[in-house]
Amino acid sequence: MSVRKKSISPVLWPLFGLIALVVLNLVLNHGFLKITILDGRLYGLPIDILNQGARGLVLALGMTLVIATGGVDLSVGSIMAAAGALAAVLIVKGCGLTLALGAGIGLAIAAGGANGLLVARLGIQPIVATLILMVVGRGAAQLITNGEVVLINNPTFEFLGNGHFLGLPFAPLLAGGLFIAAHLFLRRTAAGLFIEATGDNEQAARFAGLAAAHVKGLVYVFCGLCAGLAGLMAAANIRAADSYRMGENMELDAIFAVVVGGTALTGGRFLLLGAFVGALLLQTLTTTMYNLGVPPAVAPVPKAVLILVVCLLQSSHARRWFGGLFKKGGVA
Amino acid sequence: MSPRFRQRIPLLATAGIFLVLFISAGLFYEGFLSVRVAVNLLADNAVLGIVATGMTLVIFTGGIDLSVGAVVGFTSIFTATLIARGVHPALAAAAALAIGAGLGAGMGVLIHAFRLPAFLITLAGMFLARGGAFWISTESTGISHPLCNTLSGYELVLGPAALPTTALVLLATLIAGYVLAHHTRFGRNLLALGGNENSALLMGLPVGTTKIAAYTLNSALAALAGLVATLYTGSGNPSTGAGLELDAIAVVVIGGTLLSGGRGHMVGSLLGLLVFGTIQTALLFDGRLSSWWIRIVVGLLLLAFILLQRVMLRGAAGRR
Amino acid sequence: MNEASPGPLLQLRGVGKRFPGVIALAGVDFTVRAAEIHALLGENGAGKSTLIKVLTGVYEASEGEISFEGRAVRPGSPKEAEELGISTVYQEVNLLPALSVAENLLLGRQPGLGGFINWGATKRHAREALLRLGLDLDVEAELGTLSVALQQMVAIARALDLNARLLILDEPTASLDEHEVAELFKVMRRLRDQGMGIVFVTHFLDQVYAVTDRITVLRNGTLVGEYLTADLPRLALVSKMIGREVNDIAGRSGELPAPDDAAPVIIESRGLTRRDALHPLDLTLRRGEVTGLAGLLGSGRTETARLLFGIDQADGGELKVRGEAVRMASAREAVRLGLAFCSEDRKSEGILPNLSVRENLILALQGKQGIWKTVTRVEQEALCAHYIAALRIKTPDAETPIKNLSGGNQQKVLLARWLATKPALIILDEPTRGIDIGARAEIEALIGRLRADGLAVLLISSEIEEIVRNSTRVVVLRERRRTADFQGHAIEPEALMRAMAGASPVNGGHS
Repeated sequence: MSVRKKSISPVLWPLFGLIALVVLNLVLNHGFLKITILDGRLYGLPIDILNQGARGLVLALGMTLVIATGGVDLSVGSIMAAAGALAAVLIVKGCGLTLALGAGIGLAIAAGGANGLLVARLGIQPIVATLILMVVGRGAAQLITNGEVVLINNPTFEFLGNGHFLGLPFAPLLAGGLFIAAHLFLRRTAAGLFIEATGDNEQAARFAGLAAAHVKGLVYVFCGLCAGLAGLMAAANIRAADSYRMGENMELDAIFAVVVGGTALTGGRFLLLGAFVGALLLQTLTTTMYNLGVPPAVAPVPKAVLILVVCLLQSSHARRWFGGLFKKGGVA
Repeated sequence: MSPRFRQRIPLLATAGIFLVLFISAGLFYEGFLSVRVAVNLLADNAVLGIVATGMTLVIFTGGIDLSVGAVVGFTSIFTATLIARGVHPALAAAAALAIGAGLGAGMGVLIHAFRLPAFLITLAGMFLARGGAFWISTESTGISHPLCNTLSGYELVLGPAALPTTALVLLATLIAGYVLAHHTRFGRNLLALGGNENSALLMGLPVGTTKIAAYTLNSALAALAGLVATLYTGSGNPSTGAGLELDAIAVVVIGGTLLSGGRGHMVGSLLGLLVFGTIQTALLFDGRLSSWWIRIVVGLLLLAFILLQRVMLRGAAGRR
Repeated sequence: MNEASPGPLLQLRGVGKRFPGVIALAGVDFTVRAAEIHALLGENGAGKSTLIKVLTGVYEASEGEISFEGRAVRPGSPKEAEELGISTVYQEVNLLPALSVAENLLLGRQPGLGGFINWGATKRHAREALLRLGLDLDVEAELGTLSVALQQMVAIARALDLNARLLILDEPTASLDEHEVAELFKVMRRLRDQGMGIVFVTHFLDQVYAVTDRITVLRNGTLVGEYLTADLPRLALVSKMIGREVNDIAGRSGELPAPDDAAPVIIESRGLTRRDALHPLDLTLRRGEVTGLAGLLGSGRTETARLLFGIDQADGGELKVRGEAVRMASAREAVRLGLAFCSEDRKSEGILPNLSVRENLILALQGKQGIWKTVTRVEQEALCAHYIAALRIKTPDAETPIKNLSGGNQQKVLLARWLATKPALIILDEPTRGIDIGARAEIEALIGRLRADGLAVLLISSEIEEIVRNSTRVVVLRERRRTADFQGHAIEPEALMRAMAGASPVNGGHS
């Protein structure tokens, strides 16, 4: 019977949340879903949400795989800043765009590799291992930009953050494309199975002949890559690299999106679609608060409440406790 | 190498790093080796030091608390706003401490009773406290009350040194933290349950209350740090303490305390604080070096200590 | 304290413990007198640890009565048990290596006022407690810097310091060397002579005969009997532990072929060894043969399997697969070379609980083929359909999470996982443990089919019958070395048991 109950897809929860938020917004603002076409391009609040949420989506993608192996990556926000900073400085110095983008991504991959090394090779707890780069990465970003906000004036680069492709905003298209590509790669090859096996029971995976340590190391590299890309998108979006603010608290949002999306922090089964919906839910929540006139800085409060609810829903101890409560109540 | 010496390596390493840093800074920068600089080291890092003391207790249990920086910010704006509305500062401070302790207790209960990850729960606590701070006010609020002015103007003169209130609160907190951690059953129970919760349970130790108390105490200390910050800057600001939790964790780990729990020393956290403070002061003295070097150096120290701990743990396991 | 007390120190009557779906202990009587060392014996799953957990208050008994010093008791927690006078020292020293010896001795009851610790008194008290055991240790040293034997002694000192009248030692000798064991025994005898009742759990029969006065044997959660150690010969003890009178054991079926020394060798070890796990071992496994690896718990059976399969790395000796020397660096390497290993610990080393039967089943095959060469969904489903039918795996469908299956069906899925890789050698470590009788017979039949198909099988089991029924050769391990081997009709239960018990040397005996 418990099999039947679990057959409700966990993706539905964040989806219900998202729909509820959209409905709330519609009640408050009847034009919420209105999309206009100007110069052959789409504009409107939903497009804004997608545009602003694109970076969170890319981060959530990488984070999903790290969490699926039972880990966590706290350094993605700092990696974003460092990658964005490096690319921006190189562009301003007149290097080719390809080189600049390549260098930013390369730096991010190297950072991910360092995380992977510490976690998979040296066996350091993921929270501890990635904390190091969370601290160093931000400093490195400031070092690269010399502590200044580097303004970028390069229309091609800006396309990454604000461009339109066939009338559609490019950033969310890129994020969506990445999700689809990742999904195809993970499910068409054995990569997805290897990641889930490692996260579900690392020892058993090793006993079955999988290279569990390699799997663990590589997800951090991928997560670094995603963080680097998100950093470039963020820099392109505001046409500047702000090494102090860029990616700040983004690691927390990414983890949150993944957890809300139904992937357990203990690892194992991962849900890319869930993380996608989770990240969108988060961005919609932020936009909604903004539209309600709540200062953006207060937006964390509903996030906190959501995290607590999701945690309690996922905890078997909590379920047992509440179950006991209701049972007692029923008898009395 | 005698086992006794071996178990002190992390502490000695931190002490050595501090001495080398402090002396070389003294050689490089004129006026560095002065009482004033030493006093400022304490006064300027009082907020971080108080938070790190609490964080040490939580890390002893193998937990972590990401909410402390936000609690500092919340306390700061909360008390400043109350004082500005005419509430007596003592009452406002007491209310802030109670709220801090309450938040910590709540997080502790969730973590212990429902076996939820400390990392996520305190993350929620951070969002809650930071959001709450901005809810109260997004602007910074100045405080002026005779009591506050007296406190912030007070200095305890000890020979050549004049210790301001913030430094005194820090010292008192550190001493209390040291006594609590190393001379009470509660303190030893913290380390015991961080070492192995199951063993602690089989030894009949009060695991649940100890764990919840650690989070409660830590949040209360973060609130105290918020009060000190408010006094130090003379105003309440909701964004005070942003990123402070990371610095505090770094200070604790550089102090030789194992981030996975069960091993550590409060004196280490003091040394870690001094290392952190010295780097910061040296950067101030040196106009050429920029503020971000502190993050880079602290991060690298963090790496070095985590690797050192790893090697020592492997060594210990290998000998068995 | 030396005069014998009138009644027994501890008396259990009809004690049982049920877990949802499992009866771990049923109607067990157990009596320990003051001033005796009492061995509690049984193979895995016999109920020893459940019984100890009931005594120490970790579990609550579902039925039965416990009396201690003549009073009915029912300890609700380890702390309550200790307060009653029942203290336990566990196999995994349950102390804290990062804290000092003195703290480990006195944690939770350090002398002092109002929660503050008087360190001087703490250290003095600890030093005295250790001196009573004849130990002069630096009580400020971290516990982790001590040898396991000394840590064990500290644990005993902690237990005694609680004014214990009954001391339970749960496999305290598992990682001690001979000298350390001798030291421990000296302490145990001294305590006994002071009037303490000691319950001693061990796998080593030599130790049982060296130090205990009385033996209680459990099997499958029930009491087999209580005996005076001096009156119970080794062979009888082993037969009671493994649950068969020698005459009861069914002989070999006539179908098993004679071993063929010309059959191609799949894997061969020469002097394969690992510190604290296995003395140098020679082993040759051939195509079309089932080699039984017999021995009591702790004899080095599982350690051998782990070395062969690259889970642990050998310190010495060599390993050849099909005549070629290999360094078995990981399980991955072993799988690549055509080896397969069904671990005895299904839960932590076998199943991926939340993944489906299908994913569990194809895991090793997919691992062997690497990330790119995928087993297509159609192939996966065909494999599942094949093995679900062939091994009669009872599951609603292939997409059910494996954790929802019974133990026997989980085991069959794991067998299928390995068979799908078409291995040349399959190592089966306790393949029928915790499995119902029907599934057991099916798995044994499968072993026969695999042999007939030309696989080499290494069968590890603590059930003599299983070894005798299925093996073409048998190697006996005792105390981590090979002590005897048998072929064909020489594979007889009594001879095997003798070799396992070390009752009398067989085939050259042991050093």
